[in-house]
Amino acid sequence: MNARPQQRPGTIGSYDGRGLLGPGLAATYLGLIVLIPIAALLWQSFGDGLEAFIAAVTTPQALAALQLTFVTSTIVVLINVVMGTLVAWVLVRDDFPGKAIINSLIDLPFALPTIVTGLTLLALYGPRSPFGINIAYSPVSIIIALLFVTLPFMVRSVQPVLLELDRDMEEAAASLGASAPTVLRRIVLPNLLPAILTGSALAFARCMGEFGSVVLISGNIPLKTEVASVYIKGLVEGDRPSAAAAVSVLLLVVSLVLLTTFDVLRRRISRHSEAA
Amino acid sequence: MTSASSAAATGARPVEANAGTARAARLTVRGIVLLYLALLLVLPVAMVFVRAFEGGVGPVLQALGRPAFQSAFWLTVQITVITVPICTVMGVITALAIARRRFPGRALLNALVDLPFALSPVVIGLSLFLVYGANSPIGGFLSDLGISVIFAVPGMILATIFVCLPFVIREVVPVLREIGTDQEEAASTLGAGPMRTFWRVTLPAIRWAVVYGVILTTARSLGEFGAVAIVSGKLSGKTISLTTHVQERYEAFDIAGAYTASIVLAGMALLVLLGMQVYQSGRLRRRGPDDGEPQGLLLEPAPATDAASGGRA
Repeated sequence: MNARPQQRPGTIGSYDGRGLLGPGLAATYLGLIVLIPIAALLWQSFGDGLEAFIAAVTTPQALAALQLTFVTSTIVVLINVVMGTLVAWVLVRDDFPGKAIINSLIDLPFALPTIVTGLTLLALYGPRSPFGINIAYSPVSIIIALLFVTLPFMVRSVQPVLLELDRDMEEAAASLGASAPTVLRRIVLPNLLPAILTGSALAFARCMGEFGSVVLISGNIPLKTEVASVYIKGLVEGDRPSAAAAVSVLLLVVSLVLLTTFDVLRRRISRHSEAA
Repeated sequence: MTSASSAAATGARPVEANAGTARAARLTVRGIVLLYLALLLVLPVAMVFVRAFEGGVGPVLQALGRPAFQSAFWLTVQITVITVPICTVMGVITALAIARRRFPGRALLNALVDLPFALSPVVIGLSLFLVYGANSPIGGFLSDLGISVIFAVPGMILATIFVCLPFVIREVVPVLREIGTDQEEAASTLGAGPMRTFWRVTLPAIRWAVVYGVILTTARSLGEFGAVAIVSGKLSGKTISLTTHVQERYEAFDIAGAYTASIVLAGMALLVLLGMQVYQSGRLRRRGPDDGEPQGLLLEPAPATDAASGGRA
């Protein structure tokens, strides 16, 4: 995703340039922790042949789970594009008492364990909601949970770029008679777009795999509110590791394709704005 | 929510005729954002505390005293105490290899570091289950030796390391690239060995990035649920961590127990958040407020900084 080694002549002979102890340890570490388990996952998913793989990912329950995951993730990313950017905007351009506290709270979803997030949302929007809003066991609850866990991704991607954005450009455009919406559309948004794409990619990847925050509030009703990760867990517990691995591999491939697509788009846009 | 006049005074400099509209727009956006954050973030978290103390302090204290809670709490502490040092030491070694060395397979290594971000925790748990489960060759071999990994604490630790692996590495690599190798080379020229150069030159330069990575790793170790739930087997008193305990209590209709464990976890999360704030204000003091780095550098800081520099480069 960000595998862009910076080629710097001179670093080859750096202080620890000899010996392969460091790279060897690093390779062993990543090999044992990441590579071997992922290889086992791939192996298991095709363990019963290609037909079994296709059969596992095309059962009605698997398709429904994958579709639900994809659709809710897409909705969440779209809401995040608007709301995350607005939150970042208010944090950078607005000023009011208590802003610093709100700025710190943005990181809370990263710190809060996902199972607590689920229980938290259930307390407010579940059967005993003090507002009388009960969305538990519906697809809407999945969207709320995903919005909670992905909030920081968009805000923390857009915020630094907005902070860096040169105000002179906007003021120049405004003094030349551009209306506020025009300034926003022609100057601010194009500059924010790469950051919005980065935030979207991170949020998308997180949504596709989210488990803890969703599992309590969604009710996990097969064909209706069961997301992919919950479906996979059910297969593991039902002693069907090959089917679980097949759905996992498909989920991983979709995530990687999405991440790559967003990355390519972001690079293309960055290049454009550099050329302009 | 707040005084409108101060906002108009400190805000942007709107062009004459648009001043009124600009102010109205600003207040509307502020209102929408505050309402959104209140409904999504603040009220739900506050509700957990309200629900936990609904029946007074008694049930909470009672839940805290139960052996099931105690064993879950200490298991979570144990997992964190083992995971964080491994992720930190191996993370720094891996970051040095990626940022400073040329060797075949380095790009693959770099890509593997990001993989846990693209994987569902459940899938991470499943992949470990497939390697170390009783049905696999490795798992069978280990169980012949009397070592069980899956449905035991070692598996839960492995799952937590897998999930936390990127944090330290992704914090340290950009800093290593930014500081360059001049000082290290100077130290080396002056006769310092690799170890001395690392301890005296490199480590002091990356220490804040390491600290931030450790904070993130700790938070995730304490709170990991999906990956751990798959490999734990939920053996009561043995492999139930604090997060699994929350789910188990909730499903057993022990609402007080579930909310009590939740506020303990939420309290730890707030401490972590405080640590992040202290770190960030420390960094701002060190480098000045105009430093263009993302404030929340949490996951994959590199693309964000790329994006930030994209328009200027």
